[in-house]
Amino acid sequence: MPADAHDWLDHDAGPVVRPYAMTQGRVAPSNGEFDLVAFIVATAPDGASGAGLLPEHHAIVTAAWEPISVVELASALDLSIGVIRVLLGDLRSAGLISMYEPPAASAPHDVDVLKAVVNGLRAL
Amino acid sequence: MDSVRSDRNGATSRIPVALKILIAGGFGAGKTTMVGSVSEIRPLQTEEVLTGVEGADDVNGVEGKTTTTVTMDFGRITITDDLQLYLFGTPGQDRFWFLWDELSQGALGAVVLADTRRLADCFPSIDYFEQRGTPFVVAVNCFDSEQRFAAEAVGRALDLDEGVPVVLFDAREPVGARNVLIELVEYVARRQLTAAASR
Repeated sequence: MPADAHDWLDHDAGPVVRPYAMTQGRVAPSNGEFDLVAFIVATAPDGASGAGLLPEHHAIVTAAWEPISVVELASALDLSIGVIRVLLGDLRSAGLISMYEPPAASAPHDVDVLKAVVNGLRAL
Repeated sequence: MDSVRSDRNGATSRIPVALKILIAGGFGAGKTTMVGSVSEIRPLQTEEVLTGVEGADDVNGVEGKTTTTVTMDFGRITITDDLQLYLFGTPGQDRFWFLWDELSQGALGAVVLADTRRLADCFPSIDYFEQRGTPFVVAVNCFDSEQRFAAEAVGRALDLDEGVPVVLFDAREPVGARNVLIELVEYVARRQLTAAASR
């Protein structure tokens, strides 16, 4: 055993559980896609239902009481995007969350929206 | 989007529309700094754990390793209650190009950060956005407040298409970083109007 074997402690040592253990090895959600900037909203207060849900599922429902984007959820709960997506798929199947897609990728951005963005940035 | 829900107190929370802007460029060009200087939230990091990626970390000696982790920086700017801007710093290493595809899906546009001491570092980003047709501006990060080159000279050196804006700025300055974003959005709007006119 090298002398520096104990240099990594606690958080520095990385997660104790491998990320996808939480999803029972599933790497993709069972239903559909979750865009990074899609918004998630809980449809019912946490605790309403959900047998067989993990603490992480409940944490998502709690965090999504106000609309929150997928990427912010991942960051807030310190879970990888891939794991969050699988868990969101479970919650959507259970009817506990709704998802709101960002504007379609193919559609050009509305010029009025762009003007609003420029004005908003100028006002910062 | 006018989806509205009522919460327990009878107040309403609307679902905002989120627009994505990518911040790209070579290693050390100032991507993280720029996201941080203009974001209203402490820049956040999120991790994507990749499974079975070709060319993931060299697996010599650790043949059992099939996942690797990539960290993405992101920040947020709230324009209005209904409109939010998300900035994503693109992962730098070549082997994460496929993540760029997801990030650029539906993106408003991109900022390519250039460092004049290592101009070639931003070539891959420029090639990528040109091929994808994603509008971008080139922002020259002047670290040492020293303008070695004029914006036009950088634009010529990069052989940019006509009209692609080149701006000089300091990624550490919120106002400079904000002006780069304004330049990008105005450029996107100009392109949109030109496209609409020629239709």
